[in-house]
Amino acid sequence: MIDLSKAFLLGGVICVIGQLLIDLTKLTPARIMVLFVVCGVVLGLLGIYPCLVDWGGAGATVPLTGFGNVLAKGVMKDVDEFGFLGVFTGGVKAAAAGITAAVTFGYIIAITSKARIKK
Amino acid sequence: MAKRLGQQTIVLDKQPIVLAGAAIVGRKEGDGPLAKYFDEVVDDEYAGEKTFEAAESRLMRDAFIKALEKSGKAAKDINVILSGDLLNQCTAASYAFRDSDTPYLGLFGACSTMSESMLIGSILIDSGAADYVACAASSHFCSAERQFRFPLEYGSQRTPTAQWTVTGAGTVILGKDGQGPRITCVTPGKIIDEGIKDANNMGAAMSPAACDTIVQHLQDTGRSVDDYDLILTGDLGSFGSAMLRELTVRNHIDLKSKHNDCGMMIFDLARQGVDCGGSGCGCSAAVFSAYILEQFRLGLLKRILFIATGALLSPTRTQQGETIPGIAHAVCVEA
Amino acid sequence: MKKPISKHEYQKLVEKKAPGSHVVRNLFAAFFTGGLICTVGQGIMMLVKSFGADKDTVAAVTSITMIFLGAFLTGINVYDEIGKFGGAGASVPITGFSNSIVSPAMEFKKEGYVMGVGAKMFLIAGPVLVYGIFASVVAGIVYFIWKQVM
Repeated sequence: MIDLSKAFLLGGVICVIGQLLIDLTKLTPARIMVLFVVCGVVLGLLGIYPCLVDWGGAGATVPLTGFGNVLAKGVMKDVDEFGFLGVFTGGVKAAAAGITAAVTFGYIIAITSKARIKK
Repeated sequence: MAKRLGQQTIVLDKQPIVLAGAAIVGRKEGDGPLAKYFDEVVDDEYAGEKTFEAAESRLMRDAFIKALEKSGKAAKDINVILSGDLLNQCTAASYAFRDSDTPYLGLFGACSTMSESMLIGSILIDSGAADYVACAASSHFCSAERQFRFPLEYGSQRTPTAQWTVTGAGTVILGKDGQGPRITCVTPGKIIDEGIKDANNMGAAMSPAACDTIVQHLQDTGRSVDDYDLILTGDLGSFGSAMLRELTVRNHIDLKSKHNDCGMMIFDLARQGVDCGGSGCGCSAAVFSAYILEQFRLGLLKRILFIATGALLSPTRTQQGETIPGIAHAVCVEA
Repeated sequence: MKKPISKHEYQKLVEKKAPGSHVVRNLFAAFFTGGLICTVGQGIMMLVKSFGADKDTVAAVTSITMIFLGAFLTGINVYDEIGKFGGAGASVPITGFSNSIVSPAMEFKKEGYVMGVGAKMFLIAGPVLVYGIFASVVAGIVYFIWKQVM
């Protein structure tokens, strides 16, 4: 139960940061998504984001910053294992499940459903 | 023959007549305050077609056919169709009229298209170049969203200055003779760009152009606001209308209670979640062709100035950091 | 016509008079929506873990499930409503990433399966991958150099 609350709290706070950026800076949602992923990579590299993951669980992994963290974690792991080649293999390898799921489900859902007007 | 009066206004000798008008709108517009004036409300956003673009063309074609019917004219009586919409290459209009077997001139004036087409159409009739013309404009929420903003199913929030693109089409038939209100003079507007960059604040981008055209029209004709029953702008919305007042006051013109805006009339702003109101070529086209013509028929209006307003927005140029030019054309209609 | 107001003055006036966002309401909605989505994610994580899966499997299964949920809710025309309510609370979680992939693919299906669905799928999400992957490469290089130095 405490884990669920922590996830709620941390996830909520990360999204509030995004909302503040939307409302106060006029940044478009696409730019904010980019910003979050890049921030996730940087915080992952610095070892800060893993601490958030330890504390908040899905509250840290579900937001896009978590995706950035996965990229950073993967690249560091592969650099450890394969040296410089890891720079090119680590990120996408770690994110493979997410990217492939997005393309697969995206494709299937897109061809089976129809865009409708907002009522 | 048409004569120029002052700087920009053109006085029409023959005073072309607005024989009839028809408007077909979507579900949301059909749920708005003007619902009972529209000729048809189409519930399905696809209007029985496969794509939104085809649906928009369909609304336009049907409104044209309906207007012809009401005017008692046949398609072959129409010398030229003047029409446009918001889509690239005026897609909706050109596909709506490809089987019309009638000369066609495509116009792009963004949301000012309705008054632009009436302006050109009335001059054509006045000059004797045409006996009857059809003026039409349309827009569709879904086709506009995908061209200018985001996919329909994308989860994003609208900003408070945003406006809702009207799904609808309006057509009026103008003629050299017949029954109906007359177009007595017209004032084509200049492109005015006051440096607004926010594509979600089109009202503010257009109101300087509306102000410019109104001021020029009054100056050219020597009239005042009191000479009109209604000064009707196209789709400034609530914020754009507020800005228009700010600007006209600075020009020592008091709009008093004479001003209204099609974008604020077509929706119930408080109830329908459309932020600042309606927009799109179809907004002023539908409101004029349905509601305004009916008010004339009932004798409730004697003289109005109809100023459809357009934001000449290009998504490409906006992404390149450019500002949004505005335009407004005025048409004076009298009973 | 003489100009009653300069461009600069007009822009200032527009800025001053424009109705602002309901920031407080939006923040609460974003907090609630984002928090709830992450709680669902946490629930899935705990469930997968209870089957005895290792850490990496738990993470992968959770993100695959969340991406599926985002795609599914988009397909049944619901996610746009969540986004309208929750703002960043809906777009920042990975379900929003999924929504940004499915929504253009659905929308542009009419332009065909290759140039429509295929090409437009990453219309919004493309930049996320471009900058995310590029950032990971930069991070990898930095990490590599740091390891050599230390």
